[in-house]
Amino acid sequence: MLDKILPYLLAGVSVGGQYALIAIGYTMVYGILRLINFAHGDIFTVAGFVMVYAAATMPLSVSIPLTIVLTVILGVLVEKVAYRPLRSAPRMSVMISAIGMSYLLQNSMWYLTGGLAKQYPVLPWISDRVNVAGTTTSRVTIITPFLTILLVAALVLLIKRTKIGMAMRAASRDFETAQLMGIKINNVISFTFVVGTLLAAVGSMLYFSNYATVTPTVGAMPGLKAFVAAVFGGIGSIPGAVIGGFIIGICESLIKGTGLTTFSDAFTFALLIVILAVKPTGLFGENLTEKV
Amino acid sequence: MIKKNDHKKAWIALVIAVAVLVLVGALDNLPHVPSMLLTVLQKGAIYALVAVSMNLLNGFTGLFSLGQAGFMLLGAYTYAVLTVPVERQASVYQRYEDGGLGFSVTQSLGNSMGQFGLLLGVVICLILAGCVAGLFAWLIGLPVLKLKSDYLAIATLGFAEIIRAVVQYEKLGPVTNGSNLLYGFTGFTDFHLGSLKLTTVMPFLFSGLCIFVVVLLINSTYGRAFKAIRDDEVAAEAMGINLAKHKRMSFIISSFFAGISGALLAMFQASVQAVAFKAAMTYEILLIVVIGGIGSITGSAIAAFLFVGCSEWGLRFLDNETTLKNFDAKVKFAVVFGVLIAAVVAFGLLRMKRKGKKLVDKVQRDGKTYYQRRITGPILGLGLAIVALGWDVWFVISPRLKLPLLRSGFRMVVFSVIIMIVVLFFREGIMGDKELWDLGKKKRSAKAKAGAGNE
Repeated sequence: MLDKILPYLLAGVSVGGQYALIAIGYTMVYGILRLINFAHGDIFTVAGFVMVYAAATMPLSVSIPLTIVLTVILGVLVEKVAYRPLRSAPRMSVMISAIGMSYLLQNSMWYLTGGLAKQYPVLPWISDRVNVAGTTTSRVTIITPFLTILLVAALVLLIKRTKIGMAMRAASRDFETAQLMGIKINNVISFTFVVGTLLAAVGSMLYFSNYATVTPTVGAMPGLKAFVAAVFGGIGSIPGAVIGGFIIGICESLIKGTGLTTFSDAFTFALLIVILAVKPTGLFGENLTEKV
Repeated sequence: MIKKNDHKKAWIALVIAVAVLVLVGALDNLPHVPSMLLTVLQKGAIYALVAVSMNLLNGFTGLFSLGQAGFMLLGAYTYAVLTVPVERQASVYQRYEDGGLGFSVTQSLGNSMGQFGLLLGVVICLILAGCVAGLFAWLIGLPVLKLKSDYLAIATLGFAEIIRAVVQYEKLGPVTNGSNLLYGFTGFTDFHLGSLKLTTVMPFLFSGLCIFVVVLLINSTYGRAFKAIRDDEVAAEAMGINLAKHKRMSFIISSFFAGISGALLAMFQASVQAVAFKAAMTYEILLIVVIGGIGSITGSAIAAFLFVGCSEWGLRFLDNETTLKNFDAKVKFAVVFGVLIAAVVAFGLLRMKRKGKKLVDKVQRDGKTYYQRRITGPILGLGLAIVALGWDVWFVISPRLKLPLLRSGFRMVVFSVIIMIVVLFFREGIMGDKELWDLGKKKRSAKAKAGAGNE
């Protein structure tokens, strides 16, 4: 029994960790701007493509940091171009802008890469096959949850113990009051995007090491699922996003194991609707009446 | 009470509608009409309907839903399943034994009553397609309509994905053909009047009628209730509007028409496959609504034709690698390009002037004078324009004849940049929340006001 479930469980934990890393970007941005950053999934894909091209010409020791830096720059740029001009606009406009940005990123990627699936570079060591309790799997599967938890612990420390973290907490509690208290809100938001896209870039490396090919639209689905994870855990809450990511990853993988692959995506969204209907604030969400 | 004026208006509307149908019919049958134009007209009419249906929800009721593609899929599949001809069902459903329904509504009616029967069958199936979408909207609405703004958006998006997954489910294969293509059903090309083709007339007729119904709905008491909910839910409830009932109604009606437009899309494409109805499709429709103006029916219709026209036809040249023939052609291109850049710059300056923005603003505060600079935007714009013009000059001088950047996919990049510009700088869209027939009225009332002021 267990040795039948184990491979799926391992895959689920791994993909769950990757969802968690993306979900943090969603949940942090939503916590401060009350905006679903639809472009986040596409930024995740861009990170994949940058890695493909960088690794083709440069050694990994250069291409990995380069990918992370470029992705972060893109994330901040997207915020500056598409969200900052609409700061005082109605929420619907900002959301439409996010959808437009996602459309632009997808089309640009299609244009620049020719629309063909690109082979993701094999990262040495983490792509090696290893034996775990009788099943072979790649090492990335094992590393992902630990790396995720490590990064999240660092992030929580950053938010709880540093000045910028305090500013972020203040901004997510009350945007305007934080501004009145002398917090430079634009810097805080930029920093939020830096952290979010950095984690998405790391997540993309782990994700594509498992899936091997990158196409311009590949990020849309993991992006949406990561958002569901963020909602499930309680949007605005980082531990919530992580636990949500793991739960969704594991459930999805187990459903695939039972042969109902068509429904693995549907399950995620069904879960979203159930959680919104039963406990709209999510597992760890704060009780804010305006949310739902 | 019906005013006399309304009769006149109704007649004018009818005459215009008939004129449009005749014109489209003429285009259908005249020789030398580019087939691309007909494609754009057909697809544009269908997208106009789905954009209007989305606008009813997003623009008039203020419910931000992203489930349109799912309802279109339901409509398209309902229509297709009902109308695949009996003799073709074996080949369409080849992967499933006993696949297909064993009857075809349009075929049986068409055989017994000719073209009229065919029309009747299509109308019945379209209405059924709408009803299936509406039924699902009712079911989905039960849990989802309690949510607000972005939560509603993400939940409806999720439902669209669930519907897509269910339709592709293997066990439903004998009806939906699983994830395979459905084809061979009645399409627009099957319609003709004697020897006259009606391929483009039919989508215009169907979607025109549906849009007309939506316009009537919006101008009714229900429509006013929708708008009241959009403007202020609390106030609307206080005025005695039943929020849940009206939201549900708007959601079901919007989905009903989305279902019909999905069926029309299936007729236009002559085939349906569930993979096409992704979230990206909903996004495209949303962008059409935004470009047209949230809360404007005519805006959505105009934007739909513009959107389809640009993406299918007008911007096609951007997708082709182009090498100019000779130096003259190059100079011509450079002049056109330069004028285009100059026009954009002039437009930007005009806009700044109209909005009363200056490069440096003097602000008096606490007895001190501050200078506010607004130069990042203009400098960036001017810088880009100068770079573009510089490139233009360099291109004329250089011996190259091949135009840069143009290759497959560039069209969509340009297109999405234009959309982003609309979203960021022209949030009103083409029409704002006005209708085409409001434009003359507004001017007149403004004049009347000015006249009253003078007296």
